[in-house]
Amino acid sequence: MAASTKSSTDDFIKGLWKENPVFVQVLGMCPALAVSNSARNALAMGLATAFVLVMSNVVVSSLRHFIPKEVRIATYILVIATFVTLVDYVIQAISLDLYKALGAFISLIVVNCLILGRAEAFASKNTVARSTLDGLGMGIGFAFALFSIGAVREIFGAGSLFGTQLFHDRFQDWVVMILPSGGFFTLAAWLLLFNWVKQRRTKTQGDSTLALSEGAAR
Amino acid sequence: MSHAVEAARPAQTSAWHMYRAMVSVGVVCGLLIVGVFQATLPIIERNKAEALRSAIFHVLPDATTSTTFRFDESGGFSVVKGESAGMPQVYAGYDDDHQLVGLAVEAQGMGYQDVIRLIYGYSFVDETIIGIQVLDSKETPGLGDKIENDPEFLANFERLDVSLGEDPSALARAIVPVRHGNKTHPWEVDGITGATISSKAIASILDGSAQYWVPRIRRNLEALQGGE
Repeated sequence: MAASTKSSTDDFIKGLWKENPVFVQVLGMCPALAVSNSARNALAMGLATAFVLVMSNVVVSSLRHFIPKEVRIATYILVIATFVTLVDYVIQAISLDLYKALGAFISLIVVNCLILGRAEAFASKNTVARSTLDGLGMGIGFAFALFSIGAVREIFGAGSLFGTQLFHDRFQDWVVMILPSGGFFTLAAWLLLFNWVKQRRTKTQGDSTLALSEGAAR
Repeated sequence: MSHAVEAARPAQTSAWHMYRAMVSVGVVCGLLIVGVFQATLPIIERNKAEALRSAIFHVLPDATTSTTFRFDESGGFSVVKGESAGMPQVYAGYDDDHQLVGLAVEAQGMGYQDVIRLIYGYSFVDETIIGIQVLDSKETPGLGDKIENDPEFLANFERLDVSLGEDPSALARAIVPVRHGNKTHPWEVDGITGATISSKAIASILDGSAQYWVPRIRRNLEALQGGE
């Protein structure tokens, strides 16, 4: 029981940090760079992708014994495309402004390799419960990563967060942060931070293991 | 030899199983899409109508009510009641005293990525375009989409000259795009650096639409006056 709780927590947690889709696996770069020019767009895109990811994981995992392996990719794409179309209509119904801001990128969720990747690598081999947790973790991790990029770009590029001005009028916007190149700069900075933290952690762990083994030797 | 190769191959799934999986998933997906489409359609239509209404009053700031007119090349303008898809139409704006203050006209044309749809306000008193709003565009986020909210670019359309010339069937001067910072005449559109194609597209959409509508509106002003 304890082992299964641990593994399901792992399924969920790994997507958030250890295997974060954007910062570690570097998947789904097109929307991550293209619609992360403001925190609102980035979060909306992240949540839309997370929804599609969870739903496609649930469906693929529940149909895993029914779908022959020869036609699995075509069927997965069919399932993913359906959920993307649903999200497309729902966003149009919720807010036309948001729909306009996300533009063509909603439809492009279909070809986000993160979603097909999780369907093929995880959902098609695991139970519905584990696949749901995996989808949730990866989806939230993706939304979190997009939000991190979007927030930084909006703060520097427009001096605001979620449209609320943060600085004094004299703040000079870094227009480059809103432009596509700003997406690359911000992503690079986050990747740098992520890898630095990871390296430090491995080093500290390595040191403590070394100290332990030395202690044992004495 | 060939027997050995065939024996090594894993068992093939029968075509029936493949068809069964694909077709049943396809049918369920299709039904799901149709269901959600039907459920969201009225809300989307309402949102679009609401967005159009607010756009009309945005480009005609002095108007408080509006009436939709349909245009027929032979019969001139007539009031539209209910839906009339397919016919070219304009929206006449009236102030509190039921006086015509201007007309809002929808126009569209090719942008950088896809068709741009916009609405502009025409003031017949000043013979100028007094405001535009982009209704639909898929221009590049961060670059082309500046046509929607760049204050410097939108300032072009606060008083854009569309007066008629000697010949009342065409504009005196076409609306032309110029490079950023080179606008010297009231009929020129100052472009956006980094969104050249999108800003040129707006100028050409406006020119095409104004060349068609302005002469027709001016010929039929009386019919439009008594809309409300």
